[in-house]
Amino acid sequence: MGLLDKVVKPLTGGMTITAKRLAHKKVTLNYPEEKRAMYPRTRWRHVLTRYESGLERCIGCSLCAGACPARCIYVQAAENTDQERYSPGERYAVRYEINMIRCIFCGYCQEACPTGAIVLRDDFELANYNREDFIYTKEMLLEPISDR
Amino acid sequence: MPKRVETVVLHDSSTPVLGDTQKGGSVVVTTVETLIGQARANSLWPVTFGLACCAIEMMSTAGSRFDIARFGSEAFRATPRQADVMIIAGRLSKKMAPVLRQIYDQMPEPKWVISMGACASSGGVYNNYAIVQGADQVVPVDVYVPGCPPSPDALIYGILKLQEKIKRGRAKTMTELRLVEFTPRTTQEVTA
Repeated sequence: MGLLDKVVKPLTGGMTITAKRLAHKKVTLNYPEEKRAMYPRTRWRHVLTRYESGLERCIGCSLCAGACPARCIYVQAAENTDQERYSPGERYAVRYEINMIRCIFCGYCQEACPTGAIVLRDDFELANYNREDFIYTKEMLLEPISDR
Repeated sequence: MPKRVETVVLHDSSTPVLGDTQKGGSVVVTTVETLIGQARANSLWPVTFGLACCAIEMMSTAGSRFDIARFGSEAFRATPRQADVMIIAGRLSKKMAPVLRQIYDQMPEPKWVISMGACASSGGVYNNYAIVQGADQVVPVDVYVPGCPPSPDALIYGILKLQEKIKRGRAKTMTELRLVEFTPRTTQEVTA
């Protein structure tokens, strides 16, 4: 009786749980090979978007820099001319830099932007070796023309 | 019966992958350094160093969904003497900085540091008197992972970057030797 109560019953009980778990679905995500589907409002790496015509949406108003709680955005604006036109408005951003390592991906810049130029998309693979490499310039942020 | 020797195949010129073998009659030699690098890179034991909210994501990384046991780093050690990599997860206050340095010093060589999140890497939103503006002012950091907090997959990407660095091996420049004392930072860099 002691053998049945103390050894056999706990063993079968334990093995029943093991057998039940074997039938469960695997939850592990094989990350570098497969990536999980991101939610539609995921906020990761910034992108400066363009209009259909290829002109930049950014008008260099610096509202994103003002809204940024980490003060990680730097915008320098210049006037558009008829010879050199980058955006439809009067001004465009000559320099647009984001310190990606100070950014907290809150999305306030996206909210503040009057033209919808800066958006946060789902590229999260940003880790790097040097701190200097985290200053993302306008060339790195701007969406390529052929991207649409 | 012909003799079969398993061969190490060189993948992308710099990092030989040991698991990748082909059957053939030849022998390919490798350096001891490469072998040691492979061994080190594939069993990185992190020291438990959660300082703030990033630690929650770090714990989630060790959980079953994103499972860093797949990369050999599941053994979070509570003592620095048994750890290889320190994941600084969270804002580093000035009061905590000497503790961090002491724990780093207690880790046996070779050792690496991952700075996880905006606060540990640069101070983040906490640009004030209490927070160290970047853990690299206290310890040499190998990989910076931005995000607030970085999602588990972003941290895994950082760990993979570190593995890549270890597999690549020998430091090429003075700054890569992780001697912070040799590269004094200017005030302009600190405030940036």
